[in-house]
Amino acid sequence: MPQLTAARVTIVAGKGGVGKTTVTAVLARAAADAGLRVLAVELDGKPLLAELVGDVACEAISGPVALEAYLREHGFGRIARRLTTTGVIDIVATAAPGIDDLVVLGRIKQLERSGEWDVIVVDGPAAGHAITFLTSASGLLDAVRGGPVRAQAQDVVDLLSDPSRAQVILVTLPETTPVNELIETAYALEDRVGVHLGPVVVNHVDVLAAPDIPDPARVDLASAGDDAVHLAAAAAFRRGRVQLQRDEIARLRTELALEQWHLPMLPVAGLGAGDVAALAASMRPGP
Amino acid sequence: MTGDAGASRLDAALEGAAVVVCCGSGGVGKTTTAAVIGLEAARAGRRAVVVTIDPARRLADALGLSDGLASSPQRIELPDAPGELWAMMLDTAAAFDGIVLANAADETQAERILTNRFYRNITGALSGTQEYMAAETLHQLHHDDRFDVVVVDTPPSRNALDFIEAPSVLARFLDHRLFKLLMLPARRGMKVVNAATQPVLRAIGRVVGSDVLADAVAFFQAFAGMEGGFRDRAEQVIRLLRSEATRYVIVASPHRDTVAEAVWFVGKLAEQGITRLCGVANRVHPRFGDVTAAEAAARADASDGDLAALWRNLAELQALAEAADAELAPFAELLGDAPLATVPLLAGDVHDLSGLDEVRRHLFGRA
Repeated sequence: MPQLTAARVTIVAGKGGVGKTTVTAVLARAAADAGLRVLAVELDGKPLLAELVGDVACEAISGPVALEAYLREHGFGRIARRLTTTGVIDIVATAAPGIDDLVVLGRIKQLERSGEWDVIVVDGPAAGHAITFLTSASGLLDAVRGGPVRAQAQDVVDLLSDPSRAQVILVTLPETTPVNELIETAYALEDRVGVHLGPVVVNHVDVLAAPDIPDPARVDLASAGDDAVHLAAAAAFRRGRVQLQRDEIARLRTELALEQWHLPMLPVAGLGAGDVAALAASMRPGP
Repeated sequence: MTGDAGASRLDAALEGAAVVVCCGSGGVGKTTTAAVIGLEAARAGRRAVVVTIDPARRLADALGLSDGLASSPQRIELPDAPGELWAMMLDTAAAFDGIVLANAADETQAERILTNRFYRNITGALSGTQEYMAAETLHQLHHDDRFDVVVVDTPPSRNALDFIEAPSVLARFLDHRLFKLLMLPARRGMKVVNAATQPVLRAIGRVVGSDVLADAVAFFQAFAGMEGGFRDRAEQVIRLLRSEATRYVIVASPHRDTVAEAVWFVGKLAEQGITRLCGVANRVHPRFGDVTAAEAAARADASDGDLAALWRNLAELQALAEAADAELAPFAELLGDAPLATVPLLAGDVHDLSGLDEVRRHLFGRA
C-alpha cells in the first residue's frame, strides 16, 4: 500500500452514492492488515464506518462539538457550553463561515501531529461539500487578520499543502456522470486547495467470475429450454454494462493523469466488516 | 414489489397533486425522478414546473437547455405534449436577495442588508439557507398562475425535511440555525447581542476578529422588522406541505446507506401523520426470469464451455438482483400499502428527453 503511506492523512472524497464510506473502510482495513497503526475518522455522524472497519480504531468528529472544544481550549472555559445553547456559537460559525470545518481539520491535524498513528483515513464530508470543507482554511486565512483562528488556519493550510502529510483520494463509479463529476472535483481541488491527489478509486467494477461473456447468438441454448431467452438477455445486458464500464474507465485514464485502483462489485446485501476485509484483499491497481 | 403494479399505483398516488416533494440521499437519481414526474404531468396535460437544487449540467442537457438551467422558470420544448414543462434551478443567493428586496421597508434597508458581508456569507455558505429558500421558492411557484403542479427536488441532506417537521413544526423551524439567527434581535430586542453577552462577544471577537463580528451585528440591526413576513410565509408553506395537495416521493437505490436514509424519511413523515407518499427504487439490478441464483449456478456447474459461462453470468446477475431486493426490503416493508415503483439499472446514462421518457415508462408504466 505505498499510496497510503505516502501521506499520513488521507481524506476520501466523492459524490453521494459512490461508496465513499466503503472505500474509507477498505483503505483503513488494508493499511491495518499491512501492520500499520491506523485511525479511521468519520465526520457525518453516521455509525456505518465504525461497523465496517471492525477492530480498526475509529473516531467521530462533529463540527459543533469540535467548535465547542476549540472555544473551551481558547479561553472560554465553561462558557463554551452556554455559547452553544444560546445560539451565539451559531453566530460565530456564521460570521466566519468555515470555522466549524476549520476546527474539524484542526482536530485532524492534532491527531496527525500526535505521532500515535501511521495512517489516518478520513471519510470526507457529504456530497458536494468536499471543496468548501477543504477550502475553509485558506478562506479564513483571507478573512481573519490575526488571533488563534488565523494561526489554526495557517496550520491547516500547511498540512493540506504538504504531500507527505495529506492527500485526497477521490472515489467514483465507472459510469458517465460520476466520472464527469470526479474530473471536475479533481481539477477544483488542485486549483483551489492545492492538495495532493492520491490514486483514484473506481468502485463497483464488474470483475465477477465471467469477465468475457460469450455472444449468446453463437451458443447452442437448446438445453436451457424456457430459460434460453433469459440467458440471452442476461448476457446482452452484462456485455453492455461491462463495455460501458470499460469505456468510462478508459476515458477517466485519458482525461485525468492519476493512478487508478479498482474495487470489485460484490453481490451481497448489507456489506459488513467481513466483506470490507475481502474487498481490501482484492483491491488492485487498474490495468 | 413488482415494478408494474407499483407504477400504476404511483400514477394514482400523484394524481391531482399541486406539490410533489422528492426526498432521498445524494446520488440516488432524485433530480432525474423529479424531472420525470414533471414530464409525466406535462404529457398528461398539466402545467408543471420542476425546481432542482442540482447544479450539474446533465439535467439541463437532458431537457435540451444548452445554456443550462436559470434561476427563474424556463419553458421546455415538448412538441407533442398537451401540457407544459418548465424547469428552474434554485439559486439560494438570488432567491434570498429577491425576498429581501420584496420585503424590505425601503430601498435603504434593502441596500444595507444586501451589501452586508455577513449577509453575503449566510446566503452563500450557511447550512439551512438552501432548505429555507427551497420552501420560499415553493411558496412563490405554488401561487404562480402559470403552474398547476410544482415538483421540488430537495437538498441532499437530512435537513431536507426540516421545513415539514411537525407537530412542533414552527418551533423547529424557528429553532433552525438560520431562523435562530434571524429572530434573535427581534425576539430579544438585541439584548442577547448587545447587552447580556457583550463580554462574550468581545471574547469571540478576539478569536474570529472584531470586524467579522461587527458585520454580524450590523446585519441583525438592518434586518429588524422583516422577520414577521418570513414567519407568515413559513406558516403558509407548512400548511401547504401538510395538506392533501402535497405528495411525497421517497427515492432510494439498493444500497444500505440510501435505504437507511429513505427509511428515516418515511419514519419522519409517518410521525407527522403524512401518508400521502410513494417510493421509487432506482438503479435496481434487473432480474432475468424466475430462476434463482443458486439454480443458475447449479446449471453452470452441470454445463461446459460457453453455455456454462452464460449460466454463470445469469447466476451472478440473479445474485445481484437478489442482493438488491434484500437491501430494499426494509424500505418496501416500511412503505406498506404505499406504492413502490422500480426503475431498473439502465444500460446508459439519462442524457436526453428520450432517456427521461425511458425512465418515465418504468415509473408510470407507460408503453
